[in-house]
Amino acid sequence: MEKFISLTGIVAPMDRPNVDTDAIIPKQFLKSISRSGFGPNLFDEWRYLDHGEPGMDHSGRTLNPEFVLNQERYQGASILLGRENFGCGSSREHAVWALLDYGFRVVIAPSFADIFFNNCFKNGVLPIVLDSSTVSRLFTAVETTPGYRLTVDLLAQRITMPDKDSIAFEVDRFRKDCLMRGLDDIGLTLQHTAAIRAYEERRRAEAPWLFTNLPE
Amino acid sequence: MSGMTLYDKLWESHLIREDEAGTALLYIDRHLVHEVTSPQAFEGLRLAGRKPWRTSSILAVPDHNVPTTNRSAGIKDPVSRTQVDTLDRNCADFGITEFSMLDPRQGIVHVIGPEQGATLPGMTVVCGDSHTSTHGAFGALAFGIGTSEVEHVLATQCLIQKKSGNLQIRVDGKLAPGVAAKDVVLAIIGKIGTAGGTGYAIEFSGAVLEALSMEGRMTVCNMAIEAGARAGMIAVDDTTIDYLSRRPYTQQVDLWDRAVNAWRGFVSDADATFDKHVSLDASALAPQVTWGTSPEMVTSVDGYVPDPDQEPDPVKRDGMCKALDYMDLQPGTPITEIRPDHVFIGSCTNARIEDLRAAAAVSRGQTVAAGIKQALVVPGSGLVKQQAEAEGLDRVFRDAGFEWREPGCSMCLAMNADRLAPGDRCASTSNRNFEGRQGQGGRTHLVSPAMAAAAAISGHFVDVRDTAGR
Repeated sequence: MEKFISLTGIVAPMDRPNVDTDAIIPKQFLKSISRSGFGPNLFDEWRYLDHGEPGMDHSGRTLNPEFVLNQERYQGASILLGRENFGCGSSREHAVWALLDYGFRVVIAPSFADIFFNNCFKNGVLPIVLDSSTVSRLFTAVETTPGYRLTVDLLAQRITMPDKDSIAFEVDRFRKDCLMRGLDDIGLTLQHTAAIRAYEERRRAEAPWLFTNLPE
Repeated sequence: MSGMTLYDKLWESHLIREDEAGTALLYIDRHLVHEVTSPQAFEGLRLAGRKPWRTSSILAVPDHNVPTTNRSAGIKDPVSRTQVDTLDRNCADFGITEFSMLDPRQGIVHVIGPEQGATLPGMTVVCGDSHTSTHGAFGALAFGIGTSEVEHVLATQCLIQKKSGNLQIRVDGKLAPGVAAKDVVLAIIGKIGTAGGTGYAIEFSGAVLEALSMEGRMTVCNMAIEAGARAGMIAVDDTTIDYLSRRPYTQQVDLWDRAVNAWRGFVSDADATFDKHVSLDASALAPQVTWGTSPEMVTSVDGYVPDPDQEPDPVKRDGMCKALDYMDLQPGTPITEIRPDHVFIGSCTNARIEDLRAAAAVSRGQTVAAGIKQALVVPGSGLVKQQAEAEGLDRVFRDAGFEWREPGCSMCLAMNADRLAPGDRCASTSNRNFEGRQGQGGRTHLVSPAMAAAAAISGHFVDVRDTAGR
């Protein structure tokens, strides 16, 4: 996982509540058995006017000029600004892979769906929760200021605006540490192998039915 | 000291360690695997030179990509086929129990787990699928995870988690004839919203839940995620134990009486405290129909498409306008005047035997309306299909003009060939009415199985209480 320490980038607004993971990456692209290559299909049904299928050459497709990410001013954006309950619905981690592959490293919203929120941290993407009035202020700033950029500093837990004003944000300590060091969770958990084995041994005695082999 | 909730008990009994900030290592008893969210996890395992920690905890099945017709001919779409073949290969390589596509026990992962008795009270159950909350109906802690977490469970049998809050949702009263578990859960989501349960584990309780069968309880817990909660659960009672006593895997459980005794403890203590309570009385509840593109956009069948101008919150109002535009609906339209042209009876929410019986009861001796282009019945598993056929339900559906298909996720998310075309309008027993969920440009109305069947017969939504009450 790529480390996340700080980032300065263009902010793109996604101004609707309940953006679901089906919208972020439609089902036909989940047929891939790889973790990469989802960027061209991020928000596929909103982003293109024609129907996308896996394996297509996306360079020849018709872009939807109305869709926010297709506007010139948001090209190269690395921070996505969203509304309530961002990432709801399906558990598909492909949604985070698509955001990351497109170039987003930060998503800011008033609230996130739990599974999506969790999946972000596993992939070096930082989801930031800010209160809805602050988010609304940021929407206004982004929409009225072409090239609007923010600096997100994870160590200081601070977002700095172009006028140098700044906003503090909360992040879980363990998740922050993993993001800043680019740590692999599995390696960390395997440091507790002895404790896991001891737990299993105890449970096998207490509740043997939990360990019954599934018949073929 | 106050007592413990069901969720507290499940959490405590699986806790291996917890740091001072509340980051915990939780042991996982059952890992269900399907073809869509597992290939990258197995690949990660291989790249790191790791093996599954405990293969006996894993049950795998292909369900999302499988065709529902002419299965012996294999999967036509090469990309879908590769994904299913990859699951078969991963299971063979690592020695994992899999019900492959042609196995008579194959079906939707959240149907076959309980059906086989692979889901037991007191378990932690995970799957790379948000509808894993279904299994909470058995007094289990069951929740959906991402692919990185699938790999984590494969490698360590554990997950790194933070404890959620306790949310109690009590549903009291008695359901009217024709009103189903699906209507209860849609009404709950309508009341608390799609983020109402975010950060919580929901325990559903009250007279209505106690009276529901296991199938009905699974329908309610299945949609906990649509209310924002990763986990939904229901206390163990006689209904739970009776269902489990008839399952293939529980026949092999040693010490049945000891197990049952332990399972009966998976209930909230009388003096347990919850962080949040919601209650509703369902005695007057009408069948529910969603009108928008989020499950919270729901109303009663005797209601009307709402008017965004009446919504004071500008973000919500804008969301309603976008939804009505997508759904091609006018504010003030009576729900019973909405005319679907497709009907889908299936999915991990509503494809169990009881669901098919409810739909068949409405369809018996009737004919699908002329305006319906396609009416699909997709059983949740091969065993549900066998049971339905033994009861003659397939004849009822076929005689009425429904198509009777092979089991799988099918048109709930349209990863296989079953999908809506742009502009199609579907009465669906599935769980998500998101834009494009059932096919790009498709419009979904979520309803119960009886309501879907009645819409197929009438060509528009009707209140099934009118016929069920007679």
